[in-house]
Amino acid sequence: MPFPSGADLRPDAVSAMLDAVPDDPWFSWSYIQNNAESLGAAFTEHVELTALAMLFAAVLAIPLGILAYRTRWLTAPILALSGVLYTVPSLALFALLAPFMGLTATTVLVGLVMYALLIIVRGTLTGLRQVPEEVRDAADGMGYGSFAMLMRIEIPLALPSILTGLRIAAVSTVALVTVGAVLGKGGLGGLILSGFRNNLYKPQIVTATVLCVALALACDLLLSWLGKLVTPWTRKAVAS
Amino acid sequence: MGDTISQAIAWLNDPLNWTNPQGVIDLLIEHLWLSALAVLLGCLIAWPLGIWVGHTGRGGGLTVAVSNVTRAVPTLALLSLLPLTALGFGAPSVVPALAVFAIPPLLATAYNGVRDADADARDAAYGMGLSGRQVLWRVELPLAVPQLASGFRTAAVQVVATATLAALVNGGGLGLIISRGFGLGMSVGGGQILAGGILVALVALVIEGLLALVEKVLTPRSLRPAR
Repeated sequence: MPFPSGADLRPDAVSAMLDAVPDDPWFSWSYIQNNAESLGAAFTEHVELTALAMLFAAVLAIPLGILAYRTRWLTAPILALSGVLYTVPSLALFALLAPFMGLTATTVLVGLVMYALLIIVRGTLTGLRQVPEEVRDAADGMGYGSFAMLMRIEIPLALPSILTGLRIAAVSTVALVTVGAVLGKGGLGGLILSGFRNNLYKPQIVTATVLCVALALACDLLLSWLGKLVTPWTRKAVAS
Repeated sequence: MGDTISQAIAWLNDPLNWTNPQGVIDLLIEHLWLSALAVLLGCLIAWPLGIWVGHTGRGGGLTVAVSNVTRAVPTLALLSLLPLTALGFGAPSVVPALAVFAIPPLLATAYNGVRDADADARDAAYGMGLSGRQVLWRVELPLAVPQLASGFRTAAVQVVATATLAALVNGGGLGLIISRGFGLGMSVGGGQILAGGILVALVALVIEGLLALVEKVLTPRSLRPAR
């Protein structure tokens, strides 16, 4: 079976490959210094795509999760549809969208939002389902209406699970943005792909990867800190 | 828009696109072969480790840590870095790169499956004088089969999906159809891009459906979640 296939590489990269991998170092300060500008631009694009995708996904998915919880007959269809979307490989999704939406950041954003959707919907639904029946009964007995129950009892109690969903979605989104490189809008992924295709340039691939992982961890820490801020009651449980 | 759709249909209807060397059939076989090897490698690493950790109850945090760390690493990065190491190009670097993303679900389900085995059943087995190893083989593992099957499905679907990206960095597989299409540009390659997207999405959904069926068959009726 012919595994390596050079059909897709530019001629210079093919010849580089035939000469074996160039002997660049894995990490180079001079590369970073000389390319600070393009690294910065790619990083900024990465952050922007992630932030926008997370914003849209959260705004869509949290109400969708609440809807799936409150309207029983919608639970299965919402989960099934987002499950199917999640199964479609990212490259395929971009390939399905690109011919109609063009090689734009919007196409990448739509793809990113679709993947984050399932994770956040699941987190929201799990959180709402975990609200103890007694708590709901007590609120019912105290005269809470359906909307007040949702806003003041169910959502606050579901917050930790919603936030977990957001954290997982954010970390996955940071990693997924790189695939946007096929559309020319992949943030740091663009550097990884061009680093590979132009002479297998190790310092560029490694630097972009490290920045990408660091960004994912930073997002995780930020959301975890934000989570502690909005759910102060969970801190007591940890302290005791 | 309609143009691209008819181009895609024309592309899919051209038998040469299927039977040519490096056509759909070749690429599909390559894609499934790479994926199967990656899942196998993942199982060989994750199952013994997860089962052992679940059985002894030590190092439970490991499964969470592994899945958190691997989630943060972009697939594309790993796929482009591993060929530059001593592994070299092609399957020897693509398979381990894909296996990395199969390990978290396999590890977590193996750990949880063994860990969540009915405590009464475990106690009864120990009470009957079974050794730790016998409890593992005769009680915990049989009870963990549904979880192992579900982890296998998640891992396999993930790997088949991820394998698409291998094409971007010269690793082969069905993603090559899409990658070639993008190489041609949107006006010429649009139909091929769409056709590739449809094919890859279908393969992923079919694998998911087949493995869901396997999972159902492997789950004894008494262990199925009550509805």
